[in-house]
Amino acid sequence: MIRSRVWFGPLLVIALTAVLVFLTVPVLAIFLETTPAQIVRKLGEDQAREALWLSARTTGAAMLLIVAVGTPAAYLLATRRFRGRALVITLIELPLVMPPVVAGIALFAAFGRAGLLGDELGALGLSIPFTEAAVVMAVAFVASPFYIRQAIAAFEAVDPVMVDAARSLGAGPGRAFWRISLPLASGGLTAGWALAFARGLGEFGATIIFAGSLQGTTQTLPLAVYAQFESDFDAALAIGGMLIVVSAAILLAVKLGSSWTTRLASPSTSIFRGAPSA
Amino acid sequence: MDHPARLSLDLDLPRRAFGLTLTLEVGAETVAIVGPSGSGKSSLLRAVAGLVRPARGRITLGDRVLFDSDRGIDLPPERRSVGLVFQEYALFPHMTVRANVAFSRGARVDELLERMRIGHLADARPRELSGGERQRVALARALARDPEVLLLDEPMAALDPHTREGVRGELRALLDELGLPALLVTHSFGDAAALAGRVAVLESGRLVQQGAPGELIARPADAFVASLTGANLVAGEAVGAEGGLTVVRLPGGALVYSGDQLEGAVGVVVRPSEITIAREIAPDSTLNHVRGPITSVVRLANLARVQVGGLTAEITTMSLDRMGLSEGDDAVAVFKAAGTRLVPLGRAAAEG
Repeated sequence: MIRSRVWFGPLLVIALTAVLVFLTVPVLAIFLETTPAQIVRKLGEDQAREALWLSARTTGAAMLLIVAVGTPAAYLLATRRFRGRALVITLIELPLVMPPVVAGIALFAAFGRAGLLGDELGALGLSIPFTEAAVVMAVAFVASPFYIRQAIAAFEAVDPVMVDAARSLGAGPGRAFWRISLPLASGGLTAGWALAFARGLGEFGATIIFAGSLQGTTQTLPLAVYAQFESDFDAALAIGGMLIVVSAAILLAVKLGSSWTTRLASPSTSIFRGAPSA
Repeated sequence: MDHPARLSLDLDLPRRAFGLTLTLEVGAETVAIVGPSGSGKSSLLRAVAGLVRPARGRITLGDRVLFDSDRGIDLPPERRSVGLVFQEYALFPHMTVRANVAFSRGARVDELLERMRIGHLADARPRELSGGERQRVALARALARDPEVLLLDEPMAALDPHTREGVRGELRALLDELGLPALLVTHSFGDAAALAGRVAVLESGRLVQQGAPGELIARPADAFVASLTGANLVAGEAVGAEGGLTVVRLPGGALVYSGDQLEGAVGVVVRPSEITIAREIAPDSTLNHVRGPITSVVRLANLARVQVGGLTAEITTMSLDRMGLSEGDDAVAVFKAAGTRLVPLGRAAAEG
């Protein structure tokens, strides 16, 4: 007994130290192996510049789609109880646990020229694989569950009495959603948005299968890192460094933002929260 | 506003334990529905507001039909002219007081803020307000819609005990001044009596009695109403008649008399303020005497609640001190047969 009391505390500290070293040393290494000046210079080169611009466009478009369609879908799942609701939520969560490469194959099987919907798309004169649209679809496929899951939890945390109060004050369901549910869930929605954005920005596996790695058309930042890895390691480091800075900035912004909205409204808006109730 | 619309309810509300069936008319008056928690009081208000759908029935406000199951009418909440003050007030936490009151797009926001004495709080957020202030914001918000009926769900429950008394008076004055049909629900008979001219008691899904608070206190219809009004309720057995009075044997063996005619298992109801405490039985007109040791003495300001033989008497501390009685002393609870009511007692009610 005495022995375990003596050892337990230090054991926890050792474990935490190991975790911290393992997770931070590689990140530090990127910035020690390159310099800010080098990052700026390498990002000025064509391949990096094109990849940066493409990533911004495709991730932006995907996030717009996810928020525009995912928010009302999550609101429905959070506020209505119906048969099969748990199954619907599980289906939405499936891409979370699916290997991204498999997601790419699946998208190909559905929307490829010889795929499930290939003939229909062909008849409309559409060919999706290896286009910018394919990148947007790949990003939306892997990133949307991050947003929707969080959005369901955020809407569930809004006290239904608030919506009742709005309705009794003359607001229709639409106005109650805009003026009450949406602002009160905003902290959780922002957190989900950030998680989805970070996941989408780093998307690699599904994109490389479904959209390929064509410079200027489908080669996003992560694909550019991979392409440069063998030819120009410094460029890979530079792009990697920039991605880390962007991701860290998002994480920080969400943490600050959520602590602010938590103080404003009541629902908890921790960035990593539990699964929505089934 | 010249002719306040009359609210009439006739509905069945499904509940977990039992259905709630109720018929009620509310004119330009305040009616309080009193019942234990879980009796469906809040659901009733939510049904009037259109937030809960009754299983069957009809709700009308003046000549407007808000709900009619036979004709398939069910107006959504936003199309009913109903002001609902929620339990805990349900103020929008992300909006200022002014934005809360202006939410219904009423025209008289500033006037209401002044009238409810919250003008100085217009830019504050709900979490910065005291309970009384929140209640005034909730009332202003509900009134901003110019409702034809006002519903209040446990309006006093979220208040500190020391502010309750003052707020109760203010609310009563406001309700009188508005002259709207107002329906409030509460679990406290005290709040109901202080706020409403008419009190309806809800028990196990139905209205068991309604009337002025004084009537309920004086003539409770059953044991539940009696205990709700704060009267003493002692289970006994009607054992016979004497001189036109019913004789009831109490569990301790004491015989008490009542002018009410009832047989079998009965509840003896006496208000605490109608019982006096004596050292010995005096040769006066009072018929009922219950002897026993004083089991508890609770002093509240200048009054004391003294318990003898299962009965609580409310007497002044002055008279208690003059008699020099304290806990454990033998005493007699004395009360008139004319002030002793009998109510039928079911087996279940006898437990409480």
